[in-house]
Amino acid sequence: MTATTEATGGPVVAQQTAGGMPVHHIAIFAGLLALLIAAPFFFYPIFIMKILCFALFACAFNLLLGYGGLLSFGHAAYFGMASYVCAHAAKVWGLTPELAIICGTLVAGVLGFLIGSLAIRRQGIYFAMITLAFAQMVYFFSLQAEFTGGEDGIQAVPRGHLFGLIDLRSQESLYFLVLAIAFAGILLIYRIIHSPFGQVLKAIRENEPRAISLGYRVNRYKLAVFVLSATLAGLAGATKAIVFQLASLTDVYWTMSGEVVLMTLLGGMGTVFGPIVGAAVIVTMQNYLATFGAWVTIIQGLIFVVSVMLFREGIVGVISKWTRKPL
Amino acid sequence: MFELLGIPPQALFGQLLLGLINGSFYAILSLGLAVIFGLLNIINFTHGAQYMLGAFVTWMLLNYLGVNYWWSLLIAPVAVGITGVILERLFIRRLYHLDHLYGLLLTFGLALITTGIFKQIFGVSGLPYQAPPLLSGGHNLGFMYLPNSRAWVIIASAVVCLATWFVIEKTKLGAYLRAATENPTLVGAFGVNVPLMITLTYGFGVALAGFAGVLAAPIYAINPVMGENLIIVVFAVVVIGGMGSILGSIVTGFGLGLIEGLTRVFYPEGSAVVIFVIMALVLLVKPAGLFGRTA
Repeated sequence: MTATTEATGGPVVAQQTAGGMPVHHIAIFAGLLALLIAAPFFFYPIFIMKILCFALFACAFNLLLGYGGLLSFGHAAYFGMASYVCAHAAKVWGLTPELAIICGTLVAGVLGFLIGSLAIRRQGIYFAMITLAFAQMVYFFSLQAEFTGGEDGIQAVPRGHLFGLIDLRSQESLYFLVLAIAFAGILLIYRIIHSPFGQVLKAIRENEPRAISLGYRVNRYKLAVFVLSATLAGLAGATKAIVFQLASLTDVYWTMSGEVVLMTLLGGMGTVFGPIVGAAVIVTMQNYLATFGAWVTIIQGLIFVVSVMLFREGIVGVISKWTRKPL
Repeated sequence: MFELLGIPPQALFGQLLLGLINGSFYAILSLGLAVIFGLLNIINFTHGAQYMLGAFVTWMLLNYLGVNYWWSLLIAPVAVGITGVILERLFIRRLYHLDHLYGLLLTFGLALITTGIFKQIFGVSGLPYQAPPLLSGGHNLGFMYLPNSRAWVIIASAVVCLATWFVIEKTKLGAYLRAATENPTLVGAFGVNVPLMITLTYGFGVALAGFAGVLAAPIYAINPVMGENLIIVVFAVVVIGGMGSILGSIVTGFGLGLIEGLTRVFYPEGSAVVIFVIMALVLLVKPAGLFGRTA
């Protein structure tokens, strides 16, 4: 059963059957997994790992924007801070990679709780401005704090041994770890979206006063989804620090917040698979245009304008409309 | 001379002056955002880029056409305002019926394009702008040295802010504007051309950003990213003040500039984040902003 919300240009909204995942979603997830297992034989593994990290980041962001209806313009704060904490834990404290990633992720969650509980006091564009301003505060903190290494960032982060056993200097081991993390994260987000909690979120997105009148404590739901989104964004950032052995100011700057918005918008807000597609397209584009300097910024700006003016459903949103299946 | 808490007065007043200058820019830019938001209900993310554009137009007028600073004060804001009118007609107009988020995303994209183009042409190292003779030099006030160029920024910005306040709150044109903010359909029914008014209002808000850019040209380095970080601080200023009141935007802008200057004297490490900390406190105590109306 499919109903489109034409008036708001919103995504395709689907009724889920009580029995769980629709067949075509299982098929897509399985196909995606098979593709990703085969991918490192055909592409440069680090490149695929970068896409995986950003796909998880964009899916986490989409949980907040696409399902919670909250546009955060400061998600770089959680991504970048988790990246710093993970890099610091692995390099200075000498923790094993899984513990370092957990540290980074938890810090992102706490940061999400602090910023989220303030930001949800305002709505709409104020919410976007507040999250952006707090993220800029986190950026200035990262610039001045001792442990982040300022302009240099934290370099040469050791990949270490997973659980103290598996050497992650081997490209294959690292690849499958990143694949497992990203896939588990995305499946968790899928589960959240289709849980009763996710249904309440959609209700709040569509009509907040009505959700309140039905007795839902709207602010608790908003804060919960904000913290979940920040935590998962942190998971992506922490994993990225292990992959690239680097945590830097780029990850915590507002341009990163803009990029994750762009990935989600281009792929399709409020779709399950859109952010993955958006992340793949944007990361690939950056990869090929890296030598063209400011052209990357110009093209990203153009994609924003074209997406907003003509293409608000995003790539997956359009496919979903054609095939009349929620994706 | 006296000393205050171990701070020499020159340093104190010097930083207060710098704070007041930053405050001038916060005031003009947040005023422009408030004017645009009032009628269009969008947050103009391009504002920082349009401020940068104002500075570059001033630089180009001098270096390509030999137009001096004083004429630029008039020409550059008008030129930047015209680009705003074009953007409104081509793009922003088509989004009014949608969620406000799309206006934000569109103007963010436009800001990326503008900044990117200037980065590609001029690079990121700053261009110097020769201040006109009248603005070089300064006065010794006894307790501090006041450079003319800086005094001018504060005076010009205060005059423009107050003139804007006067036009919006005290004239007939302003009355139409305020009425259209409350109920555009009804104002349209009285025969006022509301779409034209919206276009011109956007143009005016953008021209204010351009004017701030002209003021910035002689005192800051002109570079493509000059507006990027400034606009985020201005967003925080807008959240603190609330966008409900014109005078509120002006007072909040100047006030926060002063507080930032004081912080630079007493706790320099905190000066970059003090406005964000104040924003957090205001959100805790009065979420609608100091002068805001609850929506």
